[in-house]
Amino acid sequence: MMKIKVNEKWCLGCHLCEYYCAFANSGIEDMVKALKDMSLRPKLRIEQNEKISFAVSCRHCEDPICVKSCITGALSIKDNVVCIDKNRCVGCYTCVLVCPYGAVMPSDEGAVRKCELCIGNNDAKPACVQGCPNKAIELAEV
Amino acid sequence: MRYVIIGNSTAAIAGIEGIRSKDKQGCITLISMENHHTYSKPLISYLMQGKTNIDRMKYRPDSFYKDNDVHAIFAKKAVKIDPDIKSVFLDDSTAVEYDKLLVATGSSPFIPDILGLDKVNDMHTFMTLDDAKSLLDCVTSQSRILILGAGLIGLKCCEGIKDKVSFVTVIDMAKQVLPSILDKESSDIVTDYLLKQGVNIKLSCSVKQAYENSALLTDETTIEFDTLVIAVGVRPNISILKAAKADTDRGVLIDEHCKTSIEDIYAAGDCTQGYDMTVNNKRVLALLANAYMQGFTAGVNMAGNEASFNTGMPMNALSLMGMHILSAGVYEGEDYVEKNEAKYKRLFYSEDKLKGFILVDDIECAGIYTAMIRNKTPLSSVDFDLIKRKPSLCALAIEKRSNLLNGKETW
Repeated sequence: MMKIKVNEKWCLGCHLCEYYCAFANSGIEDMVKALKDMSLRPKLRIEQNEKISFAVSCRHCEDPICVKSCITGALSIKDNVVCIDKNRCVGCYTCVLVCPYGAVMPSDEGAVRKCELCIGNNDAKPACVQGCPNKAIELAEV
Repeated sequence: MRYVIIGNSTAAIAGIEGIRSKDKQGCITLISMENHHTYSKPLISYLMQGKTNIDRMKYRPDSFYKDNDVHAIFAKKAVKIDPDIKSVFLDDSTAVEYDKLLVATGSSPFIPDILGLDKVNDMHTFMTLDDAKSLLDCVTSQSRILILGAGLIGLKCCEGIKDKVSFVTVIDMAKQVLPSILDKESSDIVTDYLLKQGVNIKLSCSVKQAYENSALLTDETTIEFDTLVIAVGVRPNISILKAAKADTDRGVLIDEHCKTSIEDIYAAGDCTQGYDMTVNNKRVLALLANAYMQGFTAGVNMAGNEASFNTGMPMNALSLMGMHILSAGVYEGEDYVEKNEAKYKRLFYSEDKLKGFILVDDIECAGIYTAMIRNKTPLSSVDFDLIKRKPSLCALAIEKRSNLLNGKETW
């Protein structure tokens, strides 16, 4: 199964993955229009301190505790990808309470934000993988 | 194999998913007291607010029973289990035979013994879709609402109804709101917030005597209301299994396989008393996430495979009028507190382990804390100074976080 792999040794802490992610999931064709003066809503997050940095996105667990805990049924597994139905999510944040990676994020949009591997974005690879200048985020067989 | 499931909420649905993860062939019959497609009970307050609707409240898609080849019987109550002839009797006197039975009967609102309660003109409870519909039908923009109980159900009801009525008062015997999940300091933050939202709150107070449209309180004041909502707590629905001579305490006692003391009978969800890892004992944990885990575990075992659920713990996610409260575990041991205006964090730890936490509007990545409790992660193996300030994977040992982020390990 293909999964996102993260190598912190290669991460530059440039945050480009956040921009590419937010752009890819904005539904807007022009990157400037999608991001300029807009609040960035990436579906991954960067952990960074003085020594290290790395991107954290949904691990698409085989036995996802977020899906099992979801009170509405908004989180489900489709073709090995943990997906969120924004129409059904009420923002109770039970998934934020249980995700061991901190990969499901609160959002001002109401529904939670999480990586769906860019499955709806017509790209061969997730935008973060394509956009990472140093191959710190890869899509690989796990 | 004939599987029978009593119930139609989280634990029952999880039971079906557990069975079907191992057995695609067996015959599943579901008996639902309510006449509704499976829906999410915690969503009734969102329904009242208009933030969801009956269709979006469905816990699983319309095709769920068909997709899983489930024969669902609605609006029938299971009234008796006879383990000797392995049959469940319904309130229309029909019987359903089982090889494996899952009891997921949930819980019911507890109605306290208050003088004059039977005289009240308009009294409600707040647990089911029908409760929410009947409450919506009864209130007008002029209504004065009295909610008895400032726990999760009482406050969610308050949130659901507040903007539809003239005035809401919530009273509770406890000295604080949400007594089962918050400490005093965080409950004060929540109380202040609710007061600012226009909710009237009276604590350390209960109803001495109820009348048609008013209540005499223990502080000798009288409060008038049009509608009274009883939300003082819930009780596990154990009578059907108790009558069948299953071992019960406050709930139906289950083991880590979610099996009761009776052969071939399993139980899951609010009706049960299962293992709580944070107190190393069996407790009633009437929480949706636990209900799912128990139901799924029961289903897998019913289908002849082995699964265990031994990581149950108290765990709550509550969104309330824009405020977000997350909590887990037990509140014992040393603590670490951060308070910043209306944000609040308190962690509890002892014996080199994180034991519990309370977070108010400071919730990002909280699941990392929950995982540390669930996995009994030694605090000496992480950068505790860092992680107590901010839950983060970079506080974990480099090998651990590298394994997690490369799919070599899960936690």
